[in-house]
Amino acid sequence: MQDPEERTKRQTSRRNFLGQALTAAGTAIAAPTLIHQATSAQNMNTTQTPAPGEMAVTLTVNGKPRSLTLEPRVTLLDALREQLGLVGSKKGCDHGQCGACTVLIDGERVYSCLALAVMQEGKAITTVEGLANGDVLHPVQDAFIDNDGFQCGYCTPGQVCASVALLDEIKRGCASAITPDLTRAPQLADLSEAEIKERLSGNLCRCSAYNGIVAAVQQAAGQQPPAPAAAMLLTEPAEVLV
Amino acid sequence: MSTVGKRKSHESAEGHVTGKAVYTDEQRPPVGMLSVYPVLAAHARAKITSIDTSAADEVEGLVTVLTAADVPGENDTGAIAHDEILLPTDEVMYWGQAVAWTVGETEDAARLAAQKITVEYEPLPPVLTIQDAIASDSFHTSPQVIRRGDPNAALQTADLCLTGEVGVNGQDHFYLETQTSWVIPDGAGHYQVYSSTQHPTETQIIIARVLGIPTNQVVVTCLRMGGGFGGKESQANPFASVAAIAAYKTGRPVRVKLNRQHDMILTGKRHGFLGHYTVGFSYDGRITALDVDLYADGGWSLDLSPPVLLRAMLHVDNAYYIPNLEVRGRIAKTNTVSNTAFRGFGGPQGMVVIEDIVDRVARSLNLPPDVVRERNFYHGTGETNTTHYGQEIFDNRIARVWSDVQANAEVAERKVAIAQFNQTHTYTKRGLAITPVKFGISFNKTQYNQAGALILIYTDGSIQLNHGGTEMGQGLHTKMLQVAAQTLGVNLNRFRVMPTSTDKVPNTSATAASSGSDLNGQAVKDACETIKSRLAPVAAKMLALDTPEEMVFAEDWIYCRTYPSARVRFEDVVQQAYGDRVSLSATGYYRTPSIYWNAETGRGRPFYYYAYGAAVSEVEVDGFTGTFKLLQVDIVHDVGESLNPLVDQGQIEGGFVQGMGWLTMEELVWDAQGRLRTDAPSTYKIPTISEVPEHFKVQLLERAAQDGVIYGSKAVGEPPLMLAISVREAIRAAIAAFGQPDHVPLTSPATPEATLKAIDYVRTHSTVAAKSSIDPDPALKS
Ligand code: FES
Ligand code: FES
Repeated sequence: MQDPEERTKRQTSRRNFLGQALTAAGTAIAAPTLIHQATSAQNMNTTQTPAPGEMAVTLTVNGKPRSLTLEPRVTLLDALREQLGLVGSKKGCDHGQCGACTVLIDGERVYSCLALAVMQEGKAITTVEGLANGDVLHPVQDAFIDNDGFQCGYCTPGQVCASVALLDEIKRGCASAITPDLTRAPQLADLSEAEIKERLSGNLCRCSAYNGIVAAVQQAAGQQPPAPAAAMLLTEPAEVLV
Repeated sequence: MSTVGKRKSHESAEGHVTGKAVYTDEQRPPVGMLSVYPVLAAHARAKITSIDTSAADEVEGLVTVLTAADVPGENDTGAIAHDEILLPTDEVMYWGQAVAWTVGETEDAARLAAQKITVEYEPLPPVLTIQDAIASDSFHTSPQVIRRGDPNAALQTADLCLTGEVGVNGQDHFYLETQTSWVIPDGAGHYQVYSSTQHPTETQIIIARVLGIPTNQVVVTCLRMGGGFGGKESQANPFASVAAIAAYKTGRPVRVKLNRQHDMILTGKRHGFLGHYTVGFSYDGRITALDVDLYADGGWSLDLSPPVLLRAMLHVDNAYYIPNLEVRGRIAKTNTVSNTAFRGFGGPQGMVVIEDIVDRVARSLNLPPDVVRERNFYHGTGETNTTHYGQEIFDNRIARVWSDVQANAEVAERKVAIAQFNQTHTYTKRGLAITPVKFGISFNKTQYNQAGALILIYTDGSIQLNHGGTEMGQGLHTKMLQVAAQTLGVNLNRFRVMPTSTDKVPNTSATAASSGSDLNGQAVKDACETIKSRLAPVAAKMLALDTPEEMVFAEDWIYCRTYPSARVRFEDVVQQAYGDRVSLSATGYYRTPSIYWNAETGRGRPFYYYAYGAAVSEVEVDGFTGTFKLLQVDIVHDVGESLNPLVDQGQIEGGFVQGMGWLTMEELVWDAQGRLRTDAPSTYKIPTISEVPEHFKVQLLERAAQDGVIYGSKAVGEPPLMLAISVREAIRAAIAAFGQPDHVPLTSPATPEATLKAIDYVRTHSTVAAKSSIDPDPALKS
């Protein structure tokens, strides 16, 4: 669990000094040659006549209709990243083996690298970018921050989407391969660590932030995540003199 | 107010959970950016007789094809030696090597075109393994020797001797973000490169070399990486160079983003090692002599193999005092990928070899391995606390971490329980092992132990923080923010950490060797101190004080220690300083003091200090399947006075699990033709969330401040990986429980297959009778 003081800060005000979010390095790209840049998404947003071999589709992504033309073989992941400029979903393998591309389709988690974009018309697609409500993070997102459920962050969008779906699956009474009692619906309150792990085993994290991820799901499920073992050891240092 | 030492979450935490953190390929693409695709060699070693690209031209969207003839500068990306040809001219050196690259309007076009290129080969016999290399005398280097005492004589007089071989497997980095670079030419001969590189300066130098232009024409920027682990140190360079050549040739922005399969086929990995040893020891398990040959599988080019091998040689003692030791090291040249840096950088391989030896010594004497480990620890002062390369371990914490972890894990009680379990279970056995880690901190190459920083304060009091290290998830940016905020006595929210860029901080070292915080932290602190020394007189004047002495910077205020009630705001002082024409930007610089290394004699003080840790692991092994379950892990690790316990805990857990993957499940398989058969997560198994034990307790060593390091902290990136050797040894202990062996040969990684083989060995080689006596097998006496 991170410093409680810091958490309060995040919850009360996500805006801070100079009205800027305390953001990542590298949020801005400064190459002068990029002045004329435009994402292909912008080009694509006006409905176009499809080129030979392409189809026109309208996808509902994070609540907004997005029209685009693409070949039928284009995956949802490529459509999101390359055409719609939604680069939160990551490509870790492109073969349905890592989970970095996990998104929600009608509330169910799907590896977007294994889903064809043209087949998603009429469905509600939610990517990691669509989970927060404006400035208010989704409880799962908050829980990942509170419990340090990441290091490099590359698997995190997939982990977060998978965790959101996981909690929903419990609420809907879905069993997993290791659910102990199939005669009663699993409950969030007694969701075991083993169950959480089983249900997240399709999302790899090479940094192995796994303990934090489990704790994040426990918190989002309304459980008390285990206290971290690492104690805060540093005593307040004396004021720093010139 | 204190910023350092807080459990502050990653500076980019919110970016990660919302998908807004920007990595190289997450930027908004410039118009007209091209993609590249490689043409892979079909043989591990072959003469190229022809490359025919004519059919590729018919592919719509193909822009051009890159072959050796297109390289404007030097066709070589070698980091140490110039032996790494980028686009081969007459010979391919490993299966899958990129022979040519297509450049397309889209990745699809480039891929289609690549398939149309035909390359004719005349196959040559490849050298595929270390054993092949030894047999055919195929080496990159001549043997290197480090010696203490007289091992030959000591082996003659030792009570007992054993001879054996330890094979250590390689490991794919499997950073979740594959190798990625964007190269954007400005049309005036300059190149802005965005690269997922741990070493922007080296990437800059090599791109300049390949393009044949001065280094100042190239700027390399690393926004952040989706994992590095050493795999983006030198390995980023060839791909960034290919994109640069394409940008040079076409004048357009070019992107390279390897797909997973290509990344696994093309990039270097952790070095596989082979160790041959003879060890001499006393009846009570004290090692008196060790003679060991370490062979590293360098692959086709030298890359970073020399320092990797050296670190293995410097860690073949791990935590043990061995009075007579000779280690010889040599780098095999094989027709496989060129192996490279990977978290631990040879240290883990050296340690696996010695831990294997110590276990063998213990079992041959029928002594508990942890007892033999303890008996051999470095201890005392002088000779018994000095390494085989002559560095005295002044602040030896081995005994502390060792006893702390045993107490935390209740080892004594659990050993009894395990013995009982094993007695009552025929087909399932449990094993427990404790292993220590002593890991030297500093780059082996002295010149890399320097760093720079640049602080820019703007007139509204907001600050940009630049330093030479790269962020790959290890939390370096977060720690640097903490150091800067602490030193300047201001709120973290004033800062923006800038992307690592060679036009802000030049001539940087790789973010590697766990040294990111140590080196860059001191440089950041130095820059902040410079600025403070300029602001202090301004503040003193504003407060109408005579001298700028004793000014305190804290919580966004500046005041005199003796009159804290009269104070001025940081930003008001900044404004005033601007008005007074006082510079508000400063560089910072640091070089690690008092380290040196003599390569000829194999002696010196290569490490500024050591990091220590110990781990207790318990496993349960299934005798039918050879699978294991990790039941419990307890770790005590020394990070000094942690800059950020949250980040450090993550590093310890992550390093441990990655090490466990390496030693127990990650198996690289090359077939008889030298083709990598494990080129995807479906065939190359890294740890999943299910392999992490429920009981996984990490404790940071208490009262551990380290002298002379930034705010008393210690490096943490690599050392915890080697704590995972305890899992391998615990598996071995469980295997041993299937019989009563005096030796448990276990190959690496300890996959179910390897474990089953070892169980078979144990069942057929149990020596119940022999246990009553410790008389050595005469055949083993050298
Ligand atoms: S990118 Fe879709 S599962 Fe790996
Ligand atoms: S945080 Fe790096 S892969 Fe999960």
